[in-house]
Amino acid sequence: MSSLAAAPVAHAHHDERPFVRKYIFSTDHKIIGIQFLFLSLFFLFLGGILAMQIRWQQGFPGQPMPGGGILPETMAPGGLLLPEYYIQLVTMHGTFMVFFAIMPLLVGVYANFLIPLKIGAHDMAFPRVNMASFWAAFLAGLVMFASLFVPEGAARAGWTMYAPLSARPDLSGAGLGQQLWCVSIVLLGLSSILGSLNYITTVINNRAPGMTWFRLPLSVWALFVTAILGLLALPVLSGAAIMLLFDQTIGTHFFDAPAGGQVLLWQHLFWFFGHPEVYILILPAMGMVSDLIANGSRKPIFGYHSMVFAIIAIGFLSWLVWGHHMFMSGMNPTLGSLFMVTTLVIAVPSAIKTFNWLGTMWRGDLHFHVPMLNAVAFVAMFVIGGLSGVFMAATPVDMPIHDTYFIVAHIHYVLFGGSLFALFGAITFWFPKMFGRVMSERWGKIHFWPTFVFFNLVFFPMHTLGMGGHMRRIYDPTVYEFLKPYQPMNRFISLAAFALFATQFIFLANFVWSLFRGKKAEQNPWRDNGLEWSLPSPAPHGNWERVPTVYRGPYEFSHPQAVEDCLPQYVKLPGDPEPAGAKGAAG
Amino acid sequence: MHWWLPLKGSTFAGEIDGLFTAILIITGIAFFVVEVGVIWFSVKYRHRPERKAFYVHGSTTAEVVWTAIPAVTVIGLGVISNHYWKQIKGRESVPPDAYPIAIHAKQFEWQMTYPGPDAEPGTADDFTVRNQLHVPLGRNVVVALTAEDVIHSFWVPVFRVKQDAVPGMTIRAWFQPTVPGEYELGCAELCGMGHYKMRARVFVHPPDEFDAWVKQQLEGGAEQ
Repeated sequence: MSSLAAAPVAHAHHDERPFVRKYIFSTDHKIIGIQFLFLSLFFLFLGGILAMQIRWQQGFPGQPMPGGGILPETMAPGGLLLPEYYIQLVTMHGTFMVFFAIMPLLVGVYANFLIPLKIGAHDMAFPRVNMASFWAAFLAGLVMFASLFVPEGAARAGWTMYAPLSARPDLSGAGLGQQLWCVSIVLLGLSSILGSLNYITTVINNRAPGMTWFRLPLSVWALFVTAILGLLALPVLSGAAIMLLFDQTIGTHFFDAPAGGQVLLWQHLFWFFGHPEVYILILPAMGMVSDLIANGSRKPIFGYHSMVFAIIAIGFLSWLVWGHHMFMSGMNPTLGSLFMVTTLVIAVPSAIKTFNWLGTMWRGDLHFHVPMLNAVAFVAMFVIGGLSGVFMAATPVDMPIHDTYFIVAHIHYVLFGGSLFALFGAITFWFPKMFGRVMSERWGKIHFWPTFVFFNLVFFPMHTLGMGGHMRRIYDPTVYEFLKPYQPMNRFISLAAFALFATQFIFLANFVWSLFRGKKAEQNPWRDNGLEWSLPSPAPHGNWERVPTVYRGPYEFSHPQAVEDCLPQYVKLPGDPEPAGAKGAAG
Repeated sequence: MHWWLPLKGSTFAGEIDGLFTAILIITGIAFFVVEVGVIWFSVKYRHRPERKAFYVHGSTTAEVVWTAIPAVTVIGLGVISNHYWKQIKGRESVPPDAYPIAIHAKQFEWQMTYPGPDAEPGTADDFTVRNQLHVPLGRNVVVALTAEDVIHSFWVPVFRVKQDAVPGMTIRAWFQPTVPGEYELGCAELCGMGHYKMRARVFVHPPDEFDAWVKQQLEGGAEQ
């Protein structure tokens, strides 16, 4: 490719650090990103296993689970799941997926891997802090994982850990499991705070010459705003978790009403963290999807500036909506009106983003490679999750659907249909730069289509269950007469869920196989414009010998002056002014 | 199996369902526009050797249009929703003549305390029944919810009423039953290992039948 001839020279010297420093206690942002990738894929898989047990119980209550015999008597005697084990399953499925799978996949992996590569930095601003961030997350994961094996079992008050059920071992039946949950969350909070500090500082200070704010890729913008949310939200959760731990262990009564505590305080603290958190779980996906759709459409992103402002608006509004989780909690209904308005307003920037993705595809030259397929699926599925949110934002309609499967459908359309599809795309797209090999295109498509179909078969019918009043987190729906007619649908959902889970082995196999046997990657296999593609695949330690100079925005596809349909940010066209601070011509 | 909402068993069930349907239509249009766009563009602009993408960075007109339309829609929706919300859940919304029932939730049962023939709570003729909610047809009923231990949630699908019962708080919720019959009340907030079986039966009686039931409870020594 002629346009790539001007690529800046990469580090050529051999990296001679010992194995442990290079791959285990590494300060290289790329290695840390890869460490987060393996850690969170493990928890994604574990969360999936827990989900399968939930679906067995919902589809086939009262029947022994195949393979359930390996579980101890305290969980599933003879393979029959116990109610106390079931509520651990729903608690830990949510906990693992939110805190240890989706969040580290989006932020731990891609904020680490992409920010320095995309802004033209040698590494993060604070590499050792970055390493500490990973090891804190690792420790948090270890503690949470260990809590599955303590005698009374894991935490069992739901991933939202509502007090006083979570605060009183005598009422929940779990002591140590609940405490380990709190300890793990505090450690995870530490990890996120350290990470966020780094991402924010790096984006502000370490941009290459010419990388102005409005030349940043939308993925970096989204990760930057996400980092601000993380930095401000996680301390609230950590504080709340410490209060909860004190209630459980040293006799404080923060959340204990008879002793003068305030029960709803937990919900206010949790959701004050929790609503920015759900945008932490979707903003980076939105950002990366913008990169992928522009690439797949071979066209500049439509409305770049409004996309940036939409990200900022979502980030800002995310602080003002937490009360919409509490419409039925006994909070003053007048506050409910206020939170309804802020919640409905946050639909506007989401709509802007959706229409801009469509605008990007309009009159494009669409290449449906695997990342593009997944990114387009993100748009199609996120829309459903976004629109179903309008139902629960409208307070009167929230009354019947709150705490039902309608909510379960909503969150899975956002987190699976949204975030996870974006991640399948992102993993495939940046795999070459991480590992120097390309994931199989064919197996990527074989994984995509059944995942897309089964995903919808699992989660769409849950809207119907919720409309019928089917409560969440109930061990056996057949206890209720009005839910008995829904049992065929529950069974159908379970079968589709098993198929969805089985399909993920295709992804796993493709991932592992490509790691060792995949086609060797070229420098710029997707003909993309980002700075990371000026480096060899995999990108070397320290990234660039001399940082590249940036001449334009990241989405100049099909530029009329370019020979090819991509025009990377680091390529100088005749007439491009040299930005301030550039150290002579690149390369 | 129902594919739609359950029976409308209270005066505001119709309003809530109507709002649900209105939102379904509005979001349905948005859903249709986006999904048709995705599919149409995916087919129409898929790669062909001769195709070149249209080099354009956006359109201010388009941005204004697709910012303004959603903004006006959601604000309108907010105004309408708030109107019903105040009527149904507002602090001032509880009708003064409503028949008062005190409901105390604990792991894992509901204790319903009825005011007796004098319809005054807290008097000597009050009586308590476990896991049975009896209400008179066509009359406003207000439940005063309290919780013994953890958060529970009072949820009667046919009435479209949901309200958490929170330790340390007394929270009132009202409704007017419109269809006689037997229904179910469930706990909608995870409250421990017996959460799934924290179920009560709901009976909507015509007024004379309700009076007879109250009388029978008093004579039978209602404290169960």
